[in-house]
Amino acid sequence: MTVDNLFLLFAAMTAVTYIPRMLPFVLFDEVEFPPFISNVLKNLRYAILGGLILPGIFLVSEDPVFGVAGGIVAFTLAYLDIDVVFVVTGTIGAMALYTFVV
Amino acid sequence: MATAELHFEDFFRGLRSATGLGIGYVPIGITYGIIARTGGFTFLETVAMSLMVFAGASQFIALNLLSSGVGPVQIVFTVFMVNLRHFLMSTSLRDKIDEGSRPLEMIYSFGITDETFAVSSVESGKVNPAYMFGLNSVAYFSWTASSGVGYLLGGGLPAVLKESLSIALYALFIGLLVPSARKNHGVLFVAGIAGGLNSILRLVLSPGWSIVIGSLIAAVTGTLVFDNGPEATHNGSELNDSG
Repeated sequence: MTVDNLFLLFAAMTAVTYIPRMLPFVLFDEVEFPPFISNVLKNLRYAILGGLILPGIFLVSEDPVFGVAGGIVAFTLAYLDIDVVFVVTGTIGAMALYTFVV
Repeated sequence: MATAELHFEDFFRGLRSATGLGIGYVPIGITYGIIARTGGFTFLETVAMSLMVFAGASQFIALNLLSSGVGPVQIVFTVFMVNLRHFLMSTSLRDKIDEGSRPLEMIYSFGITDETFAVSSVESGKVNPAYMFGLNSVAYFSWTASSGVGYLLGGGLPAVLKESLSIALYALFIGLLVPSARKNHGVLFVAGIAGGLNSILRLVLSPGWSIVIGSLIAAVTGTLVFDNGPEATHNGSELNDSG
């Protein structure tokens, strides 16, 4: 692909990425959702988080134990109420050790 | 009006909240930069895609499809499908963010990624546009800078490090979810159902659709289970405000 084409492609990708992110703010600006829908939308935050974790974490490495182990380490650190920065760095550290040992 | 809405305190709160995310993006951005270089991108193209598109999954998909010779129309369509979940995220975040003006909304919504969504949606109480700008600026800078660094590193990263860094974003998501789940087990229920459904639906649907449909079913189920009746509606808002 030529450079011109690539930048055109980037521009089109920008449009189809930006529009779904922006549209709800414009579309639903004046809309007051009924309580049920409102609660669904709040639960949706945690639902999407769950969907971002599973099944992706199992597929992160060819070794499925890697993802499971990483998940357990992250969960444990987070459950101890450690700041999320240290959950991330701690898990990376533990998994570096795991990769090194296994 | 717009400047009156930009409170520095909230901006800095956004910056602080983004620390974990800023670290989590580095390995992914570096990986992206390495793959882009391997795929024949120039430095400018590598960084430009991050600056313009600002969407990790979409950029990886584009690189993958480009290298297998897929045409631009199919690439754009695939990216669109993958990004449909952002429509849900923005719809869900809409009432979490205290009203800003339309132009502000149209600017900070550019920065709604899986990760900025995750961080802002588990904040306790409401956030405002200034917070979103703080959060987004860390995310945007971290993503584009690490893309460039990845390109410059080329294949120079040891395999052991690369493998262990791949867990970073999942650790971030878990680190964000668990504190809310500790306070309310309903959170874990909803997230668990969504993850389970997404795992099953992934076998028959594209990743874009499977997360959209799986999350919607889980959110409705969670609402029916925990928010049945006016009293429980109150619990429903507690579930989220405590998060």
